Amino acid sequence: MKHTPLHDQHVAAGAKMVDFAGWHMPVQYGPILDEVRRVRAAAGLFDLTHMGRVRVAGPDAIAFADRICSAFVAKIPEGAIRYACLCAEDGNPIDDLLVYRDGPDEVFLVLNAANAERDLEWLHSHVDGRELTIEDQTDELAMIAVQGPGSTAVLQLCVEGLELAELGYYRFGHGDAFGARDLRISRTGYTGEVGYEVYLASDLAGRAWEELLAAGADHDLAPIGLGARDTLRLEAGMALYGHEIDGEHNPIEAGLGFAVSFKEEKGDWIGRAALERVKANPERALVGLTTAGPRVPRQGLPLFAGEEEVGQVCSGAVSPTLDTKIATAYLPLELARPGVEVDLGLRGKRQACIVCELPFYSRTRK
Amino acid sequence: MRPEDRKYAPTHEWAKIDGDTVLVGITDFAVQQLSHGQVSDLVYCDLPSVGRQVEMGETFGEIESVKAVADLNSPVSGEVVEINPVIEEHLEVLADDPWSEGWMIRLKPTSTDLGHLLDAAGYEKVVAETQEA
Repeated sequence: MKHTPLHDQHVAAGAKMVDFAGWHMPVQYGPILDEVRRVRAAAGLFDLTHMGRVRVAGPDAIAFADRICSAFVAKIPEGAIRYACLCAEDGNPIDDLLVYRDGPDEVFLVLNAANAERDLEWLHSHVDGRELTIEDQTDELAMIAVQGPGSTAVLQLCVEGLELAELGYYRFGHGDAFGARDLRISRTGYTGEVGYEVYLASDLAGRAWEELLAAGADHDLAPIGLGARDTLRLEAGMALYGHEIDGEHNPIEAGLGFAVSFKEEKGDWIGRAALERVKANPERALVGLTTAGPRVPRQGLPLFAGEEEVGQVCSGAVSPTLDTKIATAYLPLELARPGVEVDLGLRGKRQACIVCELPFYSRTRK
Repeated sequence: MRPEDRKYAPTHEWAKIDGDTVLVGITDFAVQQLSHGQVSDLVYCDLPSVGRQVEMGETFGEIESVKAVADLNSPVSGEVVEINPVIEEHLEVLADDPWSEGWMIRLKPTSTDLGHLLDAAGYEKVVAETQEA
């Protein structure tokens, strides 16, 4: 199993470690629900080094990115970031990713750990003679996130040369920190809170982790595991590959239309034609569910309207922020309306769920 | 060493003779595995109805933590004659005292022979092997 450069620090902190996409990662350091609450109320520190990081550069890099990504890459301003899917011809994603526009001929891609290897093969197999280089930087770079209302103050204590409070959502800049210059720092995250993701040389990760923990001591910052991260992203209505989107669930029906460009100037791209057909004639929609019953809706559990099975749970969690159990699921359009009741099937037992809009939680819509 | 007044299943349940009935619960190790020592991560325990017949090895309930669900498997065959009413509202008894306060079901067994189960020393080996895996 692969270790991040922070592995020993997680173990020393008493984290419960699990195999996640081939990496030995911390799932929790303490109670998961407390970790969720901490990020909503204060600040949390995340090791995201398992994620894939790839630089694509060269005269044809942007055209290439526009051929494989669902977002309109050529229109991303330098210093900005877009969420996108890498789709197959059938419009279903092989992964979702962040695209950082580094320059006129250069992008930086952040990929899911579980798909990174397949994504790289996909990228290489679609170069088709274009003039560009694909550089896998996953091993040389570490990735640390600081998330929560206290994140700006904590990170700014460590960073010089970049005014974090001025950094817009889904923008990035470069700052000096942890003894290094010009680190990539983006205002991004997977929690629904204000937060940042910092990219740095792997050998700096240990020092950065300690300095951030020290800087956060007065801000109630603590390390947060992947368990709480999953609940945070679900509360914030963010899709996770393998749950809300996968080889059978397209971004249109997932409510990710903002990440899909049908602009003529973008040209043809892989999956475009299929997704145009879905957009014209969607059959189902991703919805939120809440349930007051005792059981947590788990991925794969069936949902019923009367005696008819109408869908399956994509993700589910105990939500400490909403103080209920929450889930996502695809439902036929006629049922995908707030207030509709469906039943969760539990080995013959039923538990009532109510359809609601996503996201469950919005920092700006409290 | 865990209590020697009862027998253990490799799936981390215990069975203890109590008169002509058998009490069934789960071990401290099972609770630890599920909650990582964080009792507040336990969210739900589903126990059967009184009167239900269960077969040895059959799933009689489920216990759920924030991130995982585990089956509860009956170490003996018999009829459920009582369930512990405390558990539904107070999952913390499973962490505080899995051996007595945290019993789950009382069975009227088809046989009081527990010879097919592990003794405390045998269960200790199962735990050691699970931890190494």
